[in-house]
Amino acid sequence: MIEEKFDAIVIGAGMAGNAAAYTMASRGLDVLQLERGEYPGSKNVQGAILYADMLEALIPNFREEAPLERHLIEQRFWMVTDRSHTGMHYRSDDFNEEKANRYTIIRSQFDRWFSREVQAKGAIVISETTVTELVSDAYGKVIGVRTDRRGGTIFADVVVIAEGVNGLLGSRAGLRPAPKPEHVALAVKEMHFLPRETIEARFNLHGDEGVVIEAAGTISKGMTGMGFIYTNKESVSVGMGCLVADFAETGETPYGLLETFKAHPSVAPLLEGSEVKEYAAHLIPEGGYNTIPQLFGDGWVVVGDAAQLNNAIHREGSNLAMTSGRLAGEAIFQVKSRRDPMTKQNLALYKKFLDASFVMKDLKKYKDMPKLLHTQSHNFFLTYPTLVAKAMDNFLRVDGAPKLDKEKASIRAFVKERTLRGLFGDALRLARAWR
Amino acid sequence: MSMQTARVEEKLFQNRYVVDQGKPHISIEPHRQPSKNLLAMTKLCPAGCYVENSAGQVEVAPDGCLECGTCRILCEPSGDIVWNYPRGGFGVLFKFG
Repeated sequence: MIEEKFDAIVIGAGMAGNAAAYTMASRGLDVLQLERGEYPGSKNVQGAILYADMLEALIPNFREEAPLERHLIEQRFWMVTDRSHTGMHYRSDDFNEEKANRYTIIRSQFDRWFSREVQAKGAIVISETTVTELVSDAYGKVIGVRTDRRGGTIFADVVVIAEGVNGLLGSRAGLRPAPKPEHVALAVKEMHFLPRETIEARFNLHGDEGVVIEAAGTISKGMTGMGFIYTNKESVSVGMGCLVADFAETGETPYGLLETFKAHPSVAPLLEGSEVKEYAAHLIPEGGYNTIPQLFGDGWVVVGDAAQLNNAIHREGSNLAMTSGRLAGEAIFQVKSRRDPMTKQNLALYKKFLDASFVMKDLKKYKDMPKLLHTQSHNFFLTYPTLVAKAMDNFLRVDGAPKLDKEKASIRAFVKERTLRGLFGDALRLARAWR
Repeated sequence: MSMQTARVEEKLFQNRYVVDQGKPHISIEPHRQPSKNLLAMTKLCPAGCYVENSAGQVEVAPDGCLECGTCRILCEPSGDIVWNYPRGGFGVLFKFG
């Protein structure tokens, strides 16, 4: 198929792969990018929120051309029981700024645009091609890839592995273990179409303003997980995700859970009368800092979801992917421009860049959170939401009982369910993991 | 067919697929009795691709596969299944993603 040898091959055209290919191509490297979908974006699934800052670092004027949905002006966190939600909302007109900070996007459209930008910088992008194997020399240095097209090995000085969360090629080549069931969440999502005006009226929005709702509580039936609702221009993304290990243990079905979430009395009115046009599923790396695999070696680097770079607490993934791709691209460019070989020692520069960035700093900050939420999932997702809802009901319902008695009853309920020791323990553990 | 399986089939009907006829990208190793994890896939697979047959064995029909990889993470390490990405251009093609 292709005879020459490339400076770099990028496997995958998601956020990380595109950022890496863009960075290297715009610095004059010969880049080949391989994508297994019909076009870049057709295999990619996300909620989806785009964080402007990380894209700006690559394409400063992206707002002029990128297919963006709504800029986010409001965030609603819901702690839910089967019949209620207790919310913490933040809405600010300050988010109505000229250069907004967060946008909703539709990945297949956004990624297609991003890939056109990559190609405009000179990278060769070939779709409908699945990489089947990383090819190494006798010393274990990665020297190229094999694909499902005829033509044998395609060679490159370095391979950027941006194959996504499953990391099939990396684990087959022995560069990393496969993700574990307790370290990935399975999320399912539907695209609900509604007229623009209906979305704006139901969510209290004007023009291209958008809102995000994230809900946790009894909807995940004691599992570590959450539901989400993102507003797009003429559609609403509705999804639900839980840890794979929890799913396996409880025997809940992901689509059953999604149906329950959609039918929740706080959610159903928002979706009423919508037309569903797609159903998708995707894994999300949730293991955090402690599950990040080896990130570089002789002739290769790994970026994005394939490197498990995801901040589960802040629900950030695509920006970590984009930044890791950009930093890998910059490191490769620097090694190349010094005319140094793409050895493990030289490619350690990528890890150095990543360590100095928000990516590793944030993941390090929350390194103990995934474990805490998983081992305490029953308390955090069932017990506390139920207790909080009871306390709220108690506070608001006017029935002639003296307020002091009501307050005491609410406090007693907390102590009875978790004991004083348990309550303090949970608070302390949460504070420690947060710090 | 259970209510829930019927419901997931309805969901998959919204999606776009190019099926690689005769070349399924997931296969199950022959077994007399399914492992715990393989049996769990009959509930866990978001596309309902895994079903238990009348003999108590688990079968897979990955035409509606969403390529999430859940079954690979749960069942590949034990050798219950063989999992590959579909050939280039085949499988689910997300309109929105």
